[in-house]
Amino acid sequence: MIVTDASNPPASHSGDPGAELPRLAKKKFLHDAAEHVRDTGHRAFVRKALGGYYTNRDLQKARFRNWEHARDAASLAKWSAVNRLDELLPRFVANFEANGGTVHWARDAEEARTIVLNLVRAARAKAVIKSKCMTSEEIHLNAALEAEGYGVVESDLGEFIQQLRGEPPYHFVFPCMHVRRDEISDLFGKHLGTAPTDSPEELTMIARRHMRRLYVDADIGITGANFLVAETGQISITENEGNARLTAALPRVHIAISGLEKVVEHLDDLAVLLPMLATAGAGQPMTCYNTLYAGPRRPGEADGPEEMHLVLLDNSRTAILADPEQRDSLHCIRCGACLNVCPIFKNVGGFTYGTTYQGPIGSVITPHLRGLAEWNHLSAASSLCGACSDACPVRIDIHHHLLHNRRNAARTAPNAWEKIGHRLFVMVARRPWLFGLGGAVFRRTLPLLKLLRPPLLRDWLASRDLPAAPRQSFRRQWDRRQPLEPTAASVHPHARKEEA
Amino acid sequence: MSDTTGMSAREVIMARIKEALRVPAPLPHGLAEDSRAQVGPPAAVLTTSGGSGATVMSAHASTGLPTLTVLPEEVARPWLPDGGETPAERLQLLVENLGKLRAIVQQVPDLTAASDYLFTLARERDWHRVAWHPHPLIEPLLAGVPCATYRVDPADFDKNALESCDAGITSCEALVAQTGSILVSSATSGGRALSILPHVHVVVATVDQIIATLADALHAVRDRHDGHLPSMLSFITGPSRTGDIERILVLGAHGPKELILILVG
Repeated sequence: MIVTDASNPPASHSGDPGAELPRLAKKKFLHDAAEHVRDTGHRAFVRKALGGYYTNRDLQKARFRNWEHARDAASLAKWSAVNRLDELLPRFVANFEANGGTVHWARDAEEARTIVLNLVRAARAKAVIKSKCMTSEEIHLNAALEAEGYGVVESDLGEFIQQLRGEPPYHFVFPCMHVRRDEISDLFGKHLGTAPTDSPEELTMIARRHMRRLYVDADIGITGANFLVAETGQISITENEGNARLTAALPRVHIAISGLEKVVEHLDDLAVLLPMLATAGAGQPMTCYNTLYAGPRRPGEADGPEEMHLVLLDNSRTAILADPEQRDSLHCIRCGACLNVCPIFKNVGGFTYGTTYQGPIGSVITPHLRGLAEWNHLSAASSLCGACSDACPVRIDIHHHLLHNRRNAARTAPNAWEKIGHRLFVMVARRPWLFGLGGAVFRRTLPLLKLLRPPLLRDWLASRDLPAAPRQSFRRQWDRRQPLEPTAASVHPHARKEEA
Repeated sequence: MSDTTGMSAREVIMARIKEALRVPAPLPHGLAEDSRAQVGPPAAVLTTSGGSGATVMSAHASTGLPTLTVLPEEVARPWLPDGGETPAERLQLLVENLGKLRAIVQQVPDLTAASDYLFTLARERDWHRVAWHPHPLIEPLLAGVPCATYRVDPADFDKNALESCDAGITSCEALVAQTGSILVSSATSGGRALSILPHVHVVVATVDQIIATLADALHAVRDRHDGHLPSMLSFITGPSRTGDIERILVLGAHGPKELILILVG
């Protein structure tokens, strides 16, 4: 049956490289990055897909009377919530439960999976429909549900395509931005038996028609949450397609899964955060549906679930909280702006990271979630250009945190070769005669080194060219330079300015 | 950390949070101590119900809709996108924004004209069945609709019947000029599914319901429901859309392909 095919995709999201041996993650990164960089067609495709984003983002930013001021306000709202989590989280939970919802606390991924599985079993569910939820990717929920025999369908178009492909999301906001329309047409043909088409509109309508019955028939709807409002106990969900609205409207039980850092204090904070999330994330004035849920269906309301559950996930978020220097990485609203502007992301692609959260913010937080020793290489995969920090609507100091990770890794798990190398450099740099001698030897042996390509130099030369060595050292050239005649401007730098 | 055996997950996590927050974090990059006063959320204003100095707009006489209150000027946040100063400006902004979002706006002088427009819509689009919910702005429009109707009933909700409808007609809580958003709620817009499941969403509202900003809309809805927030509040900003295939915009992903606002007055 065609329908069964779709609800049991070929494979659950593979690849939790965190379970692999140390260093394997780095090896895989280097291998995949090298491979991806060579695929110029794919890189051009991803750049083209992002082209419209830049235009729309700038148009929407221009509608803000002061975007930088709005960033200040957004970062302050998140800062004051994250730094008062001890007070605001219990307040949110009390208000959420007063609204009729049930909160489940999960220390880690396994505990969260168990909670959801128990809820699904208790509801005697047959079908589960899901809207986009990165925390469920983080805890590998689909694989756990499928192992128990439950059919899970991702309803977000991009996530649905990725589910059929048996791949995790490529980008945590644009899950299938790397897939061409002809591939999607073939995929739908194979799994849903539909005729080939090269129209994105027709492909979208295929998914729409396929999904409609599933919303109506599902017993459980699983969603994420973008914000948890402490003062009202509401959860806020942002989406464009309407699939989250349907997921939280029609099934009998609504389960939301959220990281505990998503708390904001005031409902009013959303008046700033919602338009900023939409502008930074997708270049929209507002995402199509921004919905606040306060518990299950109320008496007098026409529809809605009978039960509403919220799984509050720690999974090492408290470890980030315990690091005051990087605590602001919990301000992240998962807009994906830092991925869209990152030269590394655009060149190595989303899968190379091997993480749930790709791009610069993923490189900052993944070492906290999965271990610095195995995941520090992500912090080295950066040009430190700072485009991510500039793009961040809540002013997370992303590129400096990459440096902090590097420093922390050097402290906690020093690399013996790096240590020896730095010692040697210090020894040489402190002795001018030795420095000069080293330079002279290097200048003369460079042609030979290029020819022999010893191990350390080989990696460097693989993608770079070394220019020919100058005949004389810089110091010698400096000593022999002709002193310049002082000019009027260099003697009185302000003189010209005043004239002008 | 101390021994955690026998502690519940909640106790363990709260203990981790308290421990973690013992060391304070500096203010966000580049912000000074007094910046909270300049940009921070207006906590004091919002916790006092009603907001002292709030402007009260009169209700639409023919519909009996509740009044809308807006925030005092000091919390207007002049750095966010503009919401319009006067009712005329707000109307213009709303219509402009909805146009850019590819929603359809039909301005009509009164409910009779609205009824005529709905009749034309149903004819042109060959609707077989439309869903609606009881509301003073909607009931008068249905008499002449040339097709079957389904009334969303809290006592006997049938999601299969709703699924078979071509269009859903709802009222709304407020219209937001700043972003072109339509705020619906489960309490006053026929529940959760009516505004999202049918292929076309028709919203009937009056010009009095236009409000400047998102903050005003959130404030107004809290004020109106006074501590008993509806289980769902949704800002609808244009018809359902997706860009998941090659980042190309397609309307009507899972929610309504068309969003039609009938603006009365």
